[in-house]
Amino acid sequence: MKSPTRTLVAGIAALATVTALAGCSADGGEGDASGKTELRVATFPPGADAAAYDAFAAQEKQFEKEHPDIDIIGVEYEWEGPTFAVQLAGGSLPDVFTVPFTDSKTLLENGQLMDVTDAIDELGYTDRFNPVILDGVTGDDGKLYGFPRQAYAAALHYNRDLFEQAGLDPDNPPQTWDEIREAAKAITDATGKAGYAQMAINNTGGWQLTSQTVARGGRTQTDNGDGTAESTIDNDATKAALQFLHDVKWEDSSFGSKVDLDWGTINQEFAAGNIGMYTSGSDIYTALVRDFGMDSAIYGMTVVPLEGDDPGTLGGGDIAVMSPTIDETTKAAGVEWIDWYYMQKLMDEDAAVQDAKTLSESDQAVGTPLLPVLSRELYEESLGWIADYINVPVEQMAPFSERIWDQTPVGEPKVKTQEVYSLLDSVVQTVLTDENADIDALLAQAQTDAQAKLDE
Amino acid sequence: MTMTLSEQRVAAEETPPPPVRSARRRSPLTWYRGGGLANLLFVLPMLFVFVFFSWSPIVQSVIMSLQKTNLIVAEWVGFDNYLVVLSDPELGRAVINTLWFAVLALLFGFPLPLLMAVLMSEVRRGKGLYSALAYLPVVIPPVVAVLLWKFFYSADPSGVFNTVLGAVGIPPQPWIQDAVQAMPSLVLEATWAGAGGSIIIYLAALLGVPPELYDAAEVDGAGIWKKVWHVTLPQLRGILFIMLILQVIATAQVFLEPFLFTGGGPAGATKTVLLYIYDKAFRNSLGGDYGEATAVSVLLAIVLAVLSWLYFTLTDRWSTT
Repeated sequence: MKSPTRTLVAGIAALATVTALAGCSADGGEGDASGKTELRVATFPPGADAAAYDAFAAQEKQFEKEHPDIDIIGVEYEWEGPTFAVQLAGGSLPDVFTVPFTDSKTLLENGQLMDVTDAIDELGYTDRFNPVILDGVTGDDGKLYGFPRQAYAAALHYNRDLFEQAGLDPDNPPQTWDEIREAAKAITDATGKAGYAQMAINNTGGWQLTSQTVARGGRTQTDNGDGTAESTIDNDATKAALQFLHDVKWEDSSFGSKVDLDWGTINQEFAAGNIGMYTSGSDIYTALVRDFGMDSAIYGMTVVPLEGDDPGTLGGGDIAVMSPTIDETTKAAGVEWIDWYYMQKLMDEDAAVQDAKTLSESDQAVGTPLLPVLSRELYEESLGWIADYINVPVEQMAPFSERIWDQTPVGEPKVKTQEVYSLLDSVVQTVLTDENADIDALLAQAQTDAQAKLDE
Repeated sequence: MTMTLSEQRVAAEETPPPPVRSARRRSPLTWYRGGGLANLLFVLPMLFVFVFFSWSPIVQSVIMSLQKTNLIVAEWVGFDNYLVVLSDPELGRAVINTLWFAVLALLFGFPLPLLMAVLMSEVRRGKGLYSALAYLPVVIPPVVAVLLWKFFYSADPSGVFNTVLGAVGIPPQPWIQDAVQAMPSLVLEATWAGAGGSIIIYLAALLGVPPELYDAAEVDGAGIWKKVWHVTLPQLRGILFIMLILQVIATAQVFLEPFLFTGGGPAGATKTVLLYIYDKAFRNSLGGDYGEATAVSVLLAIVLAVLSWLYFTLTDRWSTT
């Protein structure tokens, strides 16, 4: 039998092991042995192809050559609402990452983003941003919480191949909601596929309904400018958008059978050739090809039809932000990186060409149509700089690129965005699953519920 | 007659300690020599793990339910979170949905394994094979099973189940794409996935029924159904009840099926309490409503604790073994 003292030693050793195991924790940017500032930056979603890694490695080298005092560490990152807050609190987020406009308001109200007003002023960008977009990263206190990095507008994506099979002209896509409905019916009648589909779950139903409300001249929320807002969901434009869904689904039977799609699954269905048309952001081409294996020949994109008194195109995008928990040195390095990696290519010819060249050499999509976060002139000029490297089917996106400038960009509702989207999900799902749904009653109820959330 | 802790403490203070002989007193030294330290060291890692990973999160969530927090900034709001969630009609809906799931799960999921077990216990040959077949769905990872069934439930006329229905002349059904059919569809899958475990338990319980009871019933001229009704079921009464309570406790925590199948849709028809908590904490508020979400969790924990207490007291009383 062991002596108690030996047991004591063994016990302490065992305990030390347990403590060591439990003591794993991610720390933020600390200086490493060589005196460099370590900066952990977001790269791309997990599961990207090797080419994406090559492209990033090349860019990392370029940056570190110019900034010998900073050591860049690439971290796989994908914006995911459900895990964001926990990762942030647990210190496992990169120091620099991107979040969508939609959520930036909520995050900065929650105190989950670093204030970067001084940095943006110092770099002299404040006046160069598109005001609609800058508004999206401005807190109620007038402070800026991130660098708008890229923006998109709502677009109508369509399958050129299905258009041809249905006897429609893929170079002349629908320009009104009525034409979309006719085209959808033609596609379903000719091919049996869903002529038109729309997202409906995980808050994307509310997002798209809001987008189509704006396109028909309505708004779902009016901002009082002091952090409070009025819900205006119960309006004619939203009604018309829901009536359109009802007609496509129940009267024409051209909606297809899936009413439980979200951003990822609708892209997957479209890439697989099962959907004629749907609305989503104008920036999804890269994801369709890279993540869902779409054959680029079938892809067509045009603008969302506008009608009504004061129509606009719902815009969104993402912003480069920093974690609120990092120290000053890391923050300074973070600003350098954001400026170099995200911003310079938008305004500086050499940076733009270098970026496009690096991406195209690694077979990454270059030239997907975006909305300018700075000015339109600068954006179009930059497309000229990188003309040789553009590798997306530009002609197939021409219906969008040519007409988008005639549309007014409108930002997403700012207060309780996701919670209101979630309410609207229910409305969209009801219309798509119940032929006799009472749209008026649904909207009246949704407005009451949304206002209750806004007043919390 | 048992005393409460406080009564015991009072009693201990009032009565002088009985005189003990010095040989029997536990001094630290005798405790150490008797290997007390070794015992303590053996327990320590476990204790550490429990405190660190089980008890402290529980205490943490009770604290969080009284705060408005996103893990970075926190302010105390007292019982506000409870008031907000209790006045939220969505929570009421989620509770009703959860109860509906529980009722359906009892209708589908309670008699079916029992019937299967009774039938299987009558089988003379190949009992092992049937048991293995019945248990097979249990070993399929739940997520895989749900994704597989999602594919079966395709609302297209070419979907697996719709093709089968079409063969007998029934028109294609929307399954999980329909507010009325979604919940029964979920329960059907959950029953398929969970029946194996119940069947094994019932089979074991059936082995414990004395054969002479059946012999006596046969002498009295009872057929198979009468035997089941008058002999088997009364003998299984205890185990049936235990299984019932366990199932109610399990269905109160249903999350996986609605989360993966429908995300709570269509139109909130399958949003359960746990999914409500999940949406509140993660999907819709980006961490701004952790307090409200934990408030619901605490309420749910209380309800489940009551059910568990019921389970323990009743198993004591009903236990036939």
